[in-house]
Amino acid sequence: MIEMLLSSVPQWALAHAAPLLVMVPLMLAPLLALVPSGRVAWLVSIAATAATLVFALILLGIVQSPESGGIVSYAMGNWLPPLGIELRVDALNAMILVLVGVIGLLATIMSYPTVLAEVRKEKTALFYSAFLACFAGLCGVAITGDAFNLFVFLEISSISTYVLVALGASRDRRALHAAFNYLIMGTIGATFFIIGVGFLYAATGTLNMADIASKLPALQGSRTVQAGFAFIVVGLGLKAAMWPLHQWLPNAYSYSPSFVTMFLSATATKVALYALIRFLFFVFSPTFAFEHAAFTALLMPLGIAAMVACSFQAVFQTDVRRVLAYSSVAQVGYMILGVSVGTAAGLSAGLFHLLNHAMIKGALFMAVAAVVLTYKGTNIRDFAGLGRSAPWTMTAFAIAGLSLIGVPLTAGFQSKLQLGYALFDNGWWWAVILVVFSSFLAVIYVGRILEAVFFQPPVNPRKTRKEAPIVLLVPLWILALANIYFGISTDIPLGLARDAAAAAFGLEAFR
Amino acid sequence: MNSDHHVILRVVSKMLLPIIVMFAFYTQFHGDFGPGGGFQAGIIIAVGVILYALIAGVPAAMRAVPPAFTRSLAAIGVMVYAGVGYWAMLKGGNYLEYQALFNEPPGEHHGQHIGIMVIELGVLFGVSGAMLTIFYAFAGRVAEIRDKDW
Repeated sequence: MIEMLLSSVPQWALAHAAPLLVMVPLMLAPLLALVPSGRVAWLVSIAATAATLVFALILLGIVQSPESGGIVSYAMGNWLPPLGIELRVDALNAMILVLVGVIGLLATIMSYPTVLAEVRKEKTALFYSAFLACFAGLCGVAITGDAFNLFVFLEISSISTYVLVALGASRDRRALHAAFNYLIMGTIGATFFIIGVGFLYAATGTLNMADIASKLPALQGSRTVQAGFAFIVVGLGLKAAMWPLHQWLPNAYSYSPSFVTMFLSATATKVALYALIRFLFFVFSPTFAFEHAAFTALLMPLGIAAMVACSFQAVFQTDVRRVLAYSSVAQVGYMILGVSVGTAAGLSAGLFHLLNHAMIKGALFMAVAAVVLTYKGTNIRDFAGLGRSAPWTMTAFAIAGLSLIGVPLTAGFQSKLQLGYALFDNGWWWAVILVVFSSFLAVIYVGRILEAVFFQPPVNPRKTRKEAPIVLLVPLWILALANIYFGISTDIPLGLARDAAAAAFGLEAFR
Repeated sequence: MNSDHHVILRVVSKMLLPIIVMFAFYTQFHGDFGPGGGFQAGIIIAVGVILYALIAGVPAAMRAVPPAFTRSLAAIGVMVYAGVGYWAMLKGGNYLEYQALFNEPPGEHHGQHIGIMVIELGVLFGVSGAMLTIFYAFAGRVAEIRDKDW
């Protein structure tokens, strides 16, 4: 399919896919601020995200084709790297770009009814403007090959995210507090990241990530480099909601407009995690003594703590969105655990789970958005009996929920299986037991919701059958069916994750 | 007797305002040869309007420079900047490649010159628009609980 796309697009699209991928949404974002109509803004957003997805697929196709050598490099303004800003796509970020594109497109399609219901009418166009800026920022973080440029895009996406979260205030005033909290935490994270980049710049004299990577092996013992490493891990860990730096996440996810929750849960933390992986495996290298120590003494315990502690916290929440938010932190723990193994198998398991979790949480939060739209409440009690009144929405919710637990024949099972293999290979059998234990906790917190949905009588029996609108159901079912499809045939996501891991280790990808 | 005891402030600021805006444009175009450029110039223009708002009141400033205008100005600024990139791309260069703007051979610098000028203009629009939008958002905010209701 990708070959067909490559042969059918014009030459300019092949040559300029990398900058266009970011600049199309970034150019349309300010345009939407001038448009008065929300519907036009919605349609333009769909076009922008669709264009980005096409460019992401083109880049994936070029990276996978043998003649490219697995790398697309684009010199912004024709200032050649390492002096100029380089957009650099390899197997690792091609995968992330496609993920952000797919989720962005599906989220935008389903957004219109929920945005109309939850955001004040005169703000709808501005809302889409902020969304496109956030989307462009996330794409920029994923595509750039320049450490400082990565910071700039990180801030573009973060600042527009704070705005998006705060716009939930017309439904729940606590969104303002959540957004402010997120703003403070996110800014601290970005500051730490930029301090780390400053240290690296002081030590190496360059900001291009590939160039830094080539100079670091000679500077392994340097305290400056080690301090830079520490700052970058903490800064990006904060953005990726690594336990215990996740405090901003549950509130931000619970009170923001439900479309924003859905989009952020499936992309924002994933992109931050990608940036962390990029620095851990590409700029720095797991062969450095201090990084190896950080893996076993820091990332592995934190990953395990996240998946156990936050799964426990999820069990005791009464609001469905908070259950899912805590579960998100726990799932980030799985990914961090996979990364901390420090082998290609572990990294590919982490990335595989990253892809699957984006599909799972995307579908779950989309179903929650549908419920918010038709029945308003997000308490578990409000979900009682919805299995009868909204069977299509809730069946998709159930599929994604089973996938979150890791039931066989779903995507979530496959990625936990890969994670288990990688942990066993490394001799961490006890970590496998903890993974299974936290999956058991997932049975409890997903089970509580599903029990209310399918086996309890409705709170208000007069509420008749009320399904979500079709623009919401189609993207929801695409994600739900993807969970089943990729649970049976893992070739595509696992292949992407393996190639990405190989690229991160500098191995020959795409055998 | 005139009860306006701000008369000195008003007269002095009236004299200063055009000079502030002129200095902003001086900073803008001086960016070619030395320190200066769109960011600083945008801030200075915004300072001019903010000074007016301090002296004449926010409603008067909002009549002179409406919030819808500042918001649009910020958006247009970003589009001007990004538009130069597309212009270079249409001419067959890389994104934001100034040399390609007029299809010049190496050694000629009109493209470099015009490119940076237009981009700085975009920055001027963007920064002044954004600064004023932020100022209006804070200054024009109506307290939800009035002070005397406490």
